[in-house]
Amino acid sequence: MDLNYSVEEQAFRAEVQEFLAQKLPKEMSDAMRLGHDLGKEGHEKWHAILNEQGWLAPNWPQEFGGCEWNAVQRHIFEEECCRANAPRIVPFGLAMLAPVLQKFGSKAQQDHYLPRILSGEDWWCQGYSEPGAGSDLASLKTRAVREGDHYVVNGQKTWTTLGQYANWIFCLVRTDPDAKQQAGISFLLIDMNTPGIEVRPIILLDGTHEVNEVWFTDVKVPVENLVGEENKGWTYAKYLLTHERTNIAGVGFSSAGLEAVKRMARSQMHRGRPLIENPHFAARAARAEIDLMAMSTTNLRIISRAASGQAPGVESSMLKVKGTEIRQEINDLARRAAGAYAMPFVSEALEGGNEPDMGPEGSAAAAPQYFNNRKLSIFGGSNEVQKNIIAKVKLGGGA
Amino acid sequence: MNFDLTDERQMLQDSLRRFLRDNQDGLRASTRLGDTENTLGFDAGIWGKLAELGVIGALFSEEDGGFAGAGFDLTTVFEELGRAGAVEPLLDTAILGGGLIAALGNETQKELVEQVIGGELHLALAHGEPNSRYDLAQVETTAQVDGDDIVLTGRKAVVINAEAADYLVVSARESGAASDEDGISLFLVPRDSAGLSLRGYALLAGGRAAEVDLDGLRLSADARLGAAGSAYAALKRATNRAEVALAAETLGAMEAATELTREYLLTRQQFGRPIGTFQALQHRMATLLIELEQARSAVINAAGHLDGSAAEQALQISAARNLIGRAGRLVAEESIQLHGGIAMTEEYELAHIAKRIVMADHRFGDTDTQLERFIDQSAA
Repeated sequence: MDLNYSVEEQAFRAEVQEFLAQKLPKEMSDAMRLGHDLGKEGHEKWHAILNEQGWLAPNWPQEFGGCEWNAVQRHIFEEECCRANAPRIVPFGLAMLAPVLQKFGSKAQQDHYLPRILSGEDWWCQGYSEPGAGSDLASLKTRAVREGDHYVVNGQKTWTTLGQYANWIFCLVRTDPDAKQQAGISFLLIDMNTPGIEVRPIILLDGTHEVNEVWFTDVKVPVENLVGEENKGWTYAKYLLTHERTNIAGVGFSSAGLEAVKRMARSQMHRGRPLIENPHFAARAARAEIDLMAMSTTNLRIISRAASGQAPGVESSMLKVKGTEIRQEINDLARRAAGAYAMPFVSEALEGGNEPDMGPEGSAAAAPQYFNNRKLSIFGGSNEVQKNIIAKVKLGGGA
Repeated sequence: MNFDLTDERQMLQDSLRRFLRDNQDGLRASTRLGDTENTLGFDAGIWGKLAELGVIGALFSEEDGGFAGAGFDLTTVFEELGRAGAVEPLLDTAILGGGLIAALGNETQKELVEQVIGGELHLALAHGEPNSRYDLAQVETTAQVDGDDIVLTGRKAVVINAEAADYLVVSARESGAASDEDGISLFLVPRDSAGLSLRGYALLAGGRAAEVDLDGLRLSADARLGAAGSAYAALKRATNRAEVALAAETLGAMEAATELTREYLLTRQQFGRPIGTFQALQHRMATLLIELEQARSAVINAAGHLDGSAAEQALQISAARNLIGRAGRLVAEESIQLHGGIAMTEEYELAHIAKRIVMADHRFGDTDTQLERFIDQSAA
């Protein structure tokens, strides 16, 4: 046992810190710290800065232009980015589609799409969920029927994150309606500008436009846009889900969130003392911190195992459940710290710019984030589904 | 023991429930996030009808011009408002603003109460400040006598219904230190007074509020409600009534959330069967139903003691609001979780209801603050 990072790892951390200090624009970190929305241009700008540094694709092999960092390095990078209030890298092209293309895509697909992901020319979104198929992904209904050199796609996807910015979507579609649930699904790449595609915004309960419905009506997709083999899409989707959960615990987000809560609680007076000294508030914040300290190490234990080549199994489900519980508790603490100033909905403040909050710093975003992050325990396989997985692995039998 | 509503209250509940159900569209339209057109924050037509139905009058005693006004009248009305997710500012115009004028006002001032009951006048209580958090006695805004005038200076935070209000009931300190109970006065301030500026905004859970700046605002001395520096007791009394109403409103919203969730569990199919057939979800639904009954009892306790001693009121109200705060958070979060993604969308009813439940905790003292008050009171 050695709880310390190696000399190389410490040097790497210093290098990341130096980069962030030099290259992360202040207006960007301010906006992130206050919980404001970055907008499409903001995301693209940060994407370009990382690409210039050669750090855009931590998980990609070097042959495709990635850093090929191991799990510990990626963890350090993510941790430092969160600490510096750097924007999150939009994961759909870089972290989700790319590994699938690298393992299962054709040479032509790799040559065409991967460089365009790095350059930012293509913005990908994910077409997995459907109105009837949320955590039960295998019951999806969107159909793709082969007609000559095209597939004709009909159906509806939902919860398509940032689909309003995307020009491409990777979709799971049903190509064999007679096959049993997981069989008969294919993985298709679809140009969002193809006739017959309609993107409709879904406004979330915190007022944000983050997700969309995507409707497909007789959309013609060239057969060369099929990834791998027809009816094997489930295999690729599962590969993606099990291998791209490096940041599933959200330790960095929780650490940054807890710091923000403490800042706010230091600035707020309650019963004549700073809120942070209030026994009830302090106890709850301390409990969250204690949980986070342990989870951080749980996370590192799993990362360290992954870095030595062992694929995470049921542990990623455990991290997802605990990680989201801790993040949601921290969000709850933040809205409580904001007091009455948790109630305003000031869209101008949230939609960018550096409009100061009316209440304590971070108060405008506190309640919207609390509500928005209810999604954490729902998406990516709900926490109930994760617990079923854990129980099934450990107890056997049906879920 | 009899936990049934009286015939009068039953009639009030029935007619209000029917009215709110029949006007769902109007109620929902006024809660839309991002609707910058509606600077009123609610539907004026619905407000007028509520007055006609006698809903506002039910919040005032006969001597104040109403026809009811006891704790259980408040809870009957507000439980229905909560169930419907209504954002109409009855708490602000009637219980706080109207209640304070009824309690402290002279004959001329009290004429405003009649207009409130008739639905013609809106009020807001401008009391909270950026530094006051949930402390009712913390007032830094000053009122200085200058000849025949009184000059108000300070800032009021998150004043609900300020933009729609014809008058603001403004608290200000005439003497004492910033957190003294003595020395606080209340003033009737026309919203369009010179020296008063508003920065209005929507609230996440519907309705509107404003930051109110008082920059040397001049009033004549007859704008004061009651005797100089002695408004705290009335403020406490009005807030107590508002807290009971708010607890009942939250209970109603919890009932609506639980009912929506129950229906959803019966209809939503995943893995080939209704999700309500999964035992893991059944147990969680059962927990919500248990907590809901506890919440109902807590509201009954608080309403039933609203005419009790100050100590009794304080204990019961803090108990109710602490319990509602805990149970409400559980109901809101679990209802969303049991629904899954659909509950995250602004247009689905539950999203609004869940926000009403959680945001209610940010008025007059949150769950933790109520726990502290309860401890103070039970140790006293």
